Amino acid sequence: MTTLTLRGWLLAEVPRSKGQARCQRVFISWLAFKRNPVAVIGLLIIASLVMVALLAPWLTSTEALELNLAKRLQPPGGEHWFGTDELGRDILDRIIWGSRITLYIVGLVSIIVVPIGLVIGVVAGYIGGWVDNFLMRLTDIFLAFPRLILAMALVAALGPGLENAVLAIALTTWSPFARIARAEALTIRNSDFILAARMQGVSTAGILTRHVAPLCMSSVIVRLTLDMAGIILTAAGLGFLGLGAQPPTPEWGAMISLGRQYLIDQWWVPTMPGIAILVVSLGFNLLGDGLRDVFDPKSGGNQ
Amino acid sequence: MRASSVLKAAGPGRALPSKLVKASGVIVSLILTFVGLTAVTFTIGRVMPADPVLAIVGDRASQEVYDQVFLQLGLDKPIYVQYLKYLGQLLQGDLGTSIMTAQPVAEDILRFFPATMELATVATLLGVFVGIPMGVLAAVKQGRWPDHVVRVIGLIGYSAPIFWLGMVALLVFYARLDWVAGPGRLDVFYDGIVDPVSGILLLDAALAGEWDIFDNALDHLILPASILGTFALAYIARMTRSFMLDQLGQEYILTARVKGIPEWQVIWRHAFRNVLVQLITIIGLTYASLLEGSVLTETIFSWPGIGLYITKSLFNNDMNAVLGGTIVVGVCFVGINMLSDLLYKLVDPRVR
Repeated sequence: MTTLTLRGWLLAEVPRSKGQARCQRVFISWLAFKRNPVAVIGLLIIASLVMVALLAPWLTSTEALELNLAKRLQPPGGEHWFGTDELGRDILDRIIWGSRITLYIVGLVSIIVVPIGLVIGVVAGYIGGWVDNFLMRLTDIFLAFPRLILAMALVAALGPGLENAVLAIALTTWSPFARIARAEALTIRNSDFILAARMQGVSTAGILTRHVAPLCMSSVIVRLTLDMAGIILTAAGLGFLGLGAQPPTPEWGAMISLGRQYLIDQWWVPTMPGIAILVVSLGFNLLGDGLRDVFDPKSGGNQ
Repeated sequence: MRASSVLKAAGPGRALPSKLVKASGVIVSLILTFVGLTAVTFTIGRVMPADPVLAIVGDRASQEVYDQVFLQLGLDKPIYVQYLKYLGQLLQGDLGTSIMTAQPVAEDILRFFPATMELATVATLLGVFVGIPMGVLAAVKQGRWPDHVVRVIGLIGYSAPIFWLGMVALLVFYARLDWVAGPGRLDVFYDGIVDPVSGILLLDAALAGEWDIFDNALDHLILPASILGTFALAYIARMTRSFMLDQLGQEYILTARVKGIPEWQVIWRHAFRNVLVQLITIIGLTYASLLEGSVLTETIFSWPGIGLYITKSLFNNDMNAVLGGTIVVGVCFVGINMLSDLLYKLVDPRVR
């Protein structure tokens, strides 16, 4: 009947199954996304970050991370593209290993923040009443906190370290997600399909997890992508202040902090890790902007 | 207004909000936020791994002394009693004593705060006076090269780690080019000449008529303020652009153009007027976030503000000072946000 090509199947006017409809949605979003060159650049940056992190053992040499005082503070050149640091370690290799830490931070914060935000937001929006009032007041309180300062105070209490930094960042990051999830839940809760589900006897918990929460995901993901840069910058800031990952961990912020004293004469030591942070957070910002344009053309303000 | 009240009336059975209800709502949420903030700082102070008694008496103290201090601090009372006591002290402006400076934290903060305010204010002004024209230009020239340039600058301002940007700027403009003065607020030989009346050096120097010092202070201020202002600039330019695009697409703009009003008047007198109202909130948000963002900038530029104070106290395990600083910055943060919200409601007839 219709064309048998994959493209034809993906763009068919009437999807024949749930699976096809789902694939179509993804494909159409992808087509819109692909037209936005800026977003594609962002995606490429993030994809390369993931690749570099995965392939770190093969991209670096084993002796690069060991101390080699004979080679200390060498400028960028053929042997060491980004130069060497005060202990003779190759800066590029350390940045490559550091990409794993960046992804670890970002991943861990997301795993903590998204479920908390979703649960609070969806419950507040769907149930309403005093539950909504209470949860949103709580959210507002956390929304009003200055992020970096609170993270600093928390880390000061819990002790410096990567996990505590992640915890502190997560505690100051979840509130916008609750707000977004609530707004989505509010618009969804009066839909006919929710009513239909309720009449079929689906429990409230079932409606929340199977029907409401999945529909909040796209806004949450867009917001998460846009927040990634902020998370990375806060983590790097904590690392720079000596409150995040501790040396000799090649966390980028901590690397800048250690290299700070060599700024004037060996500029590359603190500069190179900073470029890495800049590129990665730029990537997330570009990607987030693009995703927002695709999922929510109204609020983009770009076209 | 009528449409919105109809919507509200149709909502889940709530009375129409009168002005009084609205105002009390603002006050209640202000109080709640303050209680939340202090609850968090109180918790942080309590869950701190180090023993608060040990921090005061030292580990050589006898058991009697330890017990006495333990009682003095009220650690034997239930937690909510301790919290209420803490809250009472805060309301009297008592933030405890700093271990590092051996002075009341509140006094320390009063001394350090003007430097941060000076930095954040100049940075915000830079953001406003550079960012707004950039945003307007980008919106008017949408899709052409000025727009792309503004977008790229905005994205970089968003994405660059501020402490790194500060270091690179110091390297280039101070160490290599020698265009500006280095870290600190003044050159050493100017130190302590001017009486700190307001604590804001530019103002104090101008009041005393010490123009050399004014110049020197400005020389020291310009680089950190620009670095801190990068974020403000990026944010303000981006929001201005998007608000302007919104307005320029409206029908009243078309009407104005059809009537033959010069384009610059359409942009600045018609569209921008409406944008300005929306920008008030944005500028408020920016200012609040810069007060906080100054922590890292102050560390880089050895700027003796509240950020540097908090950071230094942190490394001396001086929790009173850290938490006191957190509360002060937090209160300013919340207050400014609230204030800009109110101001917006005051200025915009549609929200009134």
